[in-house]
Amino acid sequence: MKIVACINHVPDTETKVKVGADGKTIDPAGVNYMLNPYDEYAVEAGLKLKEQYGGETIALSLGPDANKETLRKALAMGVDKALLIKDDSVRDSLSLARAIAEELREMKPDCVLFGKQSIDYYDEQVPGLVAEFLGYPSVSVAVKLEAKDGNVTCDREIEGGHEVVETSFPVVISAQKGLNAPRYPSLKGIMAAKTKPIEERQAKPFPSGVEVLGISKPPAKSAGKIVGTDASAVPELVRLLQEEAKVI
Amino acid sequence: MLKFKGVDYYDVESLLSEEEVLVRNTVREFVDDHVLPIIEKHNRAGTFPLDLVKKMAELGMFGSTLPAKYGCAEMNNVAYGLVMQELERGDSGVRSFASVQSALVMYPIFTFGSEEQKDRWLPGLASGEKIGCFGLTEPDYGSNPGGMITRAVETPDGYVLNGAKMWITNGTLADVAVVWAKLNGVVHGFLVEKGTKGFSAPEMTGKHSLRASVTSELIFQDCLIPKENIMPKTDGLKAPLMCLNQARYGIAWGAIGSAMACYDTALSYAGSRIQFGKPISSFQITQEKLVVMLTEITKAQLLCLQLGRMKDKGTMRFQQVSMAKRNNVAVALEIARAAREVLGANGILDEYPVMRHSANLESVKTYEGTHEMHTLIIGEDITGIGAFV
Ligand SMILES: Cc1cc2nc3c(=O)[nH]c(=O)nc-3n(C[C@H](O)[C@H](O)[C@H](O)COP(=O)(O)OP(=O)(O)OC[C@H]3O[C@@H](n4cnc5c(N)ncnc54)[C@H](O)[C@@H]3O)c2cc1C
Repeated sequence: MKIVACINHVPDTETKVKVGADGKTIDPAGVNYMLNPYDEYAVEAGLKLKEQYGGETIALSLGPDANKETLRKALAMGVDKALLIKDDSVRDSLSLARAIAEELREMKPDCVLFGKQSIDYYDEQVPGLVAEFLGYPSVSVAVKLEAKDGNVTCDREIEGGHEVVETSFPVVISAQKGLNAPRYPSLKGIMAAKTKPIEERQAKPFPSGVEVLGISKPPAKSAGKIVGTDASAVPELVRLLQEEAKVI
Repeated sequence: MLKFKGVDYYDVESLLSEEEVLVRNTVREFVDDHVLPIIEKHNRAGTFPLDLVKKMAELGMFGSTLPAKYGCAEMNNVAYGLVMQELERGDSGVRSFASVQSALVMYPIFTFGSEEQKDRWLPGLASGEKIGCFGLTEPDYGSNPGGMITRAVETPDGYVLNGAKMWITNGTLADVAVVWAKLNGVVHGFLVEKGTKGFSAPEMTGKHSLRASVTSELIFQDCLIPKENIMPKTDGLKAPLMCLNQARYGIAWGAIGSAMACYDTALSYAGSRIQFGKPISSFQITQEKLVVMLTEITKAQLLCLQLGRMKDKGTMRFQQVSMAKRNNVAVALEIARAAREVLGANGILDEYPVMRHSANLESVKTYEGTHEMHTLIIGEDITGIGAFV
């Protein structure tokens, strides 16, 4: 089975993001990057499928050279190969998905895994778009994945509950937290990753349909107020919520 | 996703390679997920968390600088140091286990053992199926191991050992003991297997320190071991001292871990504890404590990093290891005590890791060469005059 996990290199969740000088991108100074947390579930799911079916696991990342760091983490976790689709341009999700699908079409994977979203821009579009361009069925926000022969059963997270869906390989699946417990990169894996090459290809250009005009931070929160610490404070709290905050 | 963000005032991380950072992060996460949730319970009960052994082995934490053909990660010494640092942020006892297994058991078998001994023991020790211990200290010979009285006598059937070792980490748990004994007046290393007739390893009790680590006596009474269990390349006290040098190197890094845990706890506590209507971190005396802690941690980090780079280049001298062990453990202990003060009464509770680290570091300051002995080693190096004999 050929399994591809598509992974992204995103600012660390602890990063205090600053808007860059152009007003459209973040200021990269002092930002640590990491493997997108949802993509860790995708990598783990890929490794598990390989344990079950054999074959090979490939980590794919589209972006600048810096994404190699994240690819090396996937190699350290145990994927067999890494592929950087090199791209320094600014793209929207449509253009990004087209460029990824273009590479995947040639690779003919049996299973393409994504995280349900990147925690940088929150578009949540790429997995579905890629599935569409490949003509593969798409399962999004999976919290459980069971494969038997050619069939795949997934639990999806839906509002207030779970939905069970069935499909077959080849398939595109996007992973939600809870799908599995991603393994740590072992020390042996980290050392072995050094010797595994990262293949590079140039990303194909596709036009973007959406242009970012500007980004801004939400207004800073004003200081909180402690009204009291026991039940006697409730009337005052209700009054403030009604009269000052005007939320009830 | 990491919970502990590290302490790095001088961007020391920028001096690490990508692999070194990954190794550190793996162990950091492991400690958050598997060590911290259980360690206080074990510390209270005075038990070693044996479940961790398999998990640590799976991640490659044992003998991690040794060759891949024995199932080891073959990392450099800086990465190894970072493993020790992170483990000790969890607990000095857990780090001690890994230190002993790696530096005091696998290293000597690799360095002084026969090919058969290496093939027989190293893969099992790397995979955590086998546990080892290192017996040098005796009841009457601690800082002066050259005076040891444990003796080996050669007989047609093998070597017969008589004597006793004390304070031996992992002793009761160990499948194999690396035992140092005099044969015709010269110190040699012997591999003694668990269950050998005439060998017992009772656990020592009553410790106020390193409670989550097993410490034992090793007793040899006409204990006969096969001829092939002598480590052929050992000849004199230099061999065990070389082992200790490996372990001390890891301890120098480990102490930074304890110190970081204490500083991190003190900093966040001081920010949220209100007295006189203000966080205690707004008082100058508290700030000074925190600043001293952070400064000492930063110095210790740089000391270790350069020591590790020298070790990787092959230029490190043992006296330089003494300086890092001596300094880092002493400052870690001072930091733990200062953190305890910052936490006030809460500092003595096991809801916080501070008192545990503080108590642990009392052992760490003594074992692997006491603070005083390291002073004398460096003193001899710079003056040319040995002050300890
Ligand atoms: C928890 C724990 C685990 C241990 N694990 C192991 C292990 O796995 N294997 C092992 O072999 N050993 C182990 N040890 C033993 C440890 O290495 C010894 O305790 C240490 O070497 C000191 O020996 P001692 O306790 O006999 O102290 P002593 O040598 O009696 O020293 C007592 C005091 O006198 C000072 N002193 C001694 N000689 C001089 C001198 N010439 N000049 C100035 N001051 C001096 C010392 O610095 C110290 O302050 C462990 C110890 C502990 C506490």
